[in-house]
Amino acid sequence: MKKIILLFVIALFASNFVVPGDGDKIPAATIKKLDGSKINSNTFSNDGKPIIISFWATWCKPCKKELDAIAEEYETWQKETGVKLIAVSIDDIRSSAKVVTDVKTKGWKYEVYLDENQDFKRAMNVNNVPHTFLINGKGEIVWSHNSYTDGDEEKLYENVKKLIKGEALSH
Amino acid sequence: MTKPYLKSSLAATFLLAFILNPFNFFAQEGNPIQDLGSSVHGNFQIDAQYYNPDSLIGAPKVPEKLLSNAFGNINFIKGKFSAGVRYEAYNNVKQGFLPQYKGQGITNRFVRYQDKLFDVTVGNFYEMFGNGLTLRTYYEPGLLYDNSLDGARIISNPYKGITLKGVIGKQRYFFTVGPGIVRGVDGEININELFDSIITSKTKFIIGGSFVSKFQTGQDPNLILPENVGCYSGRFNIIRDGFNLGAEYAYKINDPSADNKLSYKYGDALYVTTSYAGDGYSFLFQGKRIDNMSYRSDRAESLQNLLINYLPATTKQHAYTLLALNPYATQLNGELGFMAEAQYKIKKGTPLGGKYGVEITVNYSQAHGLKQYSVSDSAGGRTFYETKWDFKEISGKKHHVDSVLRNGEYTSQDVSYNDNYRYYQDFFIEINKKFNKKVKATFMYSHQFYNRNIIQAGSLNAGYKNLNSDLFLLDITYKYKPGSAIRFETQFLLTPAKDVVTTSNGVGRGNWATGMIEWSINSNFFVAVFDQWNYGNPQTGSESSIPTTDLRIHYYLFNAGYNSGPHRLAISYGKQSAGIFCVGGVCRNVPASNGLSLSLTSSF
Repeated sequence: MKKIILLFVIALFASNFVVPGDGDKIPAATIKKLDGSKINSNTFSNDGKPIIISFWATWCKPCKKELDAIAEEYETWQKETGVKLIAVSIDDIRSSAKVVTDVKTKGWKYEVYLDENQDFKRAMNVNNVPHTFLINGKGEIVWSHNSYTDGDEEKLYENVKKLIKGEALSH
Repeated sequence: MTKPYLKSSLAATFLLAFILNPFNFFAQEGNPIQDLGSSVHGNFQIDAQYYNPDSLIGAPKVPEKLLSNAFGNINFIKGKFSAGVRYEAYNNVKQGFLPQYKGQGITNRFVRYQDKLFDVTVGNFYEMFGNGLTLRTYYEPGLLYDNSLDGARIISNPYKGITLKGVIGKQRYFFTVGPGIVRGVDGEININELFDSIITSKTKFIIGGSFVSKFQTGQDPNLILPENVGCYSGRFNIIRDGFNLGAEYAYKINDPSADNKLSYKYGDALYVTTSYAGDGYSFLFQGKRIDNMSYRSDRAESLQNLLINYLPATTKQHAYTLLALNPYATQLNGELGFMAEAQYKIKKGTPLGGKYGVEITVNYSQAHGLKQYSVSDSAGGRTFYETKWDFKEISGKKHHVDSVLRNGEYTSQDVSYNDNYRYYQDFFIEINKKFNKKVKATFMYSHQFYNRNIIQAGSLNAGYKNLNSDLFLLDITYKYKPGSAIRFETQFLLTPAKDVVTTSNGVGRGNWATGMIEWSINSNFFVAVFDQWNYGNPQTGSESSIPTTDLRIHYYLFNAGYNSGPHRLAISYGKQSAGIFCVGGVCRNVPASNGLSLSLTSSF
């Protein structure tokens, strides 16, 4: 047992060498489009412009608050920065049928995917929803934020703008 | 932890440590790590709680005083290869979880290769065939639910539109694996992708099928137990614009188990979902009938342990405290259930919709028992049941039949519709309105019927009383400046006097109210104070008879939290009432607690 713990510590230590801060590519996981077809998360792209990936669920109130708040500004955000939001639902089969009805009723214009068995959630090391990631034009993960407080979307957008200007991002 | 498992864990750790070793792969000077296309990511979570015994609320004395659950994941990716390890530690496991989660160890490790044609995993993996009726392995740390398969999986896309999967392994069982071997294959065809002529068609067709088999040796002095138990299913989806229709039917051969009291009856399940969504409105219907579909890799197991498949509840999933006070869980041995939901958004700029629009959701769901025919086995002296497909079951009237199989024929006797066979009902309304840039509100109403005998005790004769309740909720957020908000929330649960009883089971606690104020100081800090008050508890302390304690208790809870990027620290202090925790189709009681708890989550 001690050996396992030791090795675990070594592995953690090794990770310190390897992790170049942020800036890693989106990991590969198979997720479902709303038309039932499957795609791999490592094919996400936005013509060199930033991408926001938001993990949410139909039963998660703060998640829907965040996506509602962004929806009001989304057109402006897209015009100003070309940013694209990808909403990944982690609803399991019990509630995943509600994803399309929620999205259409709310009129969200996001790209929406289903991660029914949470392969992508695990690959992205998401503990809880909402969890929001910012991806730069090269497809690298450069920022992430867990939880939502009213007004967080303004901070997120600040970071999108900073990203385009090449400035340092803030938490 | 068993020795072989320890060995394999060690081997996997060595392998991972080898892969991770920076001196093997990453020490080339002047070579930026990203150029190698590799990365290491992970997350961890630590939950600890200090417990004060509190006999008034029923919080037991915890000998350790402090209990904690913790886990950490590390995933390593290099090009088409990836590997991961999870370590879990329970010293000892927190109240409300299964006590077998005691100790620590590596509970998940895998190596995986993915390219366009193949996706191969050796080690622990999570997989779902179709809707999960035949196989679903899943991990939810908050529920301590992990039935991962430990073995090998191959996924292949041999031709456009075709996905084939094959799995074999044993399932995780606390810090070891279960006794049964699970094997399965699944195929899915996206017909539009298969034929170029319809690839652009707006109507999408997907069909699939799976076969799963489990092997467990069977030695019983009286019974011949099937050692290999097969389960297969077929499914389809049709999707066109806002229209969705999907169905799956699964059939399982005889599988005598502790769940079905060693019945040799077959099992089957039908799950249907359909929805239509337009711009600003939607309808959704989900229905299912399941009969004897508990499927585990150990026939003697119970609770959430070693379940191979998943039978989702077709009821509304609630997130607020009182609305979720009496949650429903699928009855694996048999139930009929459905849910219908309509959503409508009143457009902004209309008299009713106001400046921002109003969202309205109406949901109705119910679940009840199957029509059962009891059958006695004269040789074994045991009693079983048979079922027949009968759509009268759906009407909910005269649906329970007591009968006996005689001379190969059912002689049945209708018994009037009876609350004992009504398991759960929920009529729910939600209205969301944003008044202006600063204020938004949510209103909810729910009427719930809850069959406590079946859902909590799994038996009609457990002696509980069924519960009807009316629930109201109001949640108002006032955003007074960007990034800062105050949220008020209040909930009421009202139970008619006839359903309120004082029992030794500690249920039938009468009316409840909650109030909460949550202040998000900025996007990093929040503090909240919450009070859950059992003001309707029939035991007021003024009765002439014993007991004389006033149980109209306030459960105060103070919360504070700090968020920064992917890190979150939350602290709470106070009392939490006894609750129900449902996982894997089983609900169990979580004892009340009084104390200080801390939760730290982080991902990197």
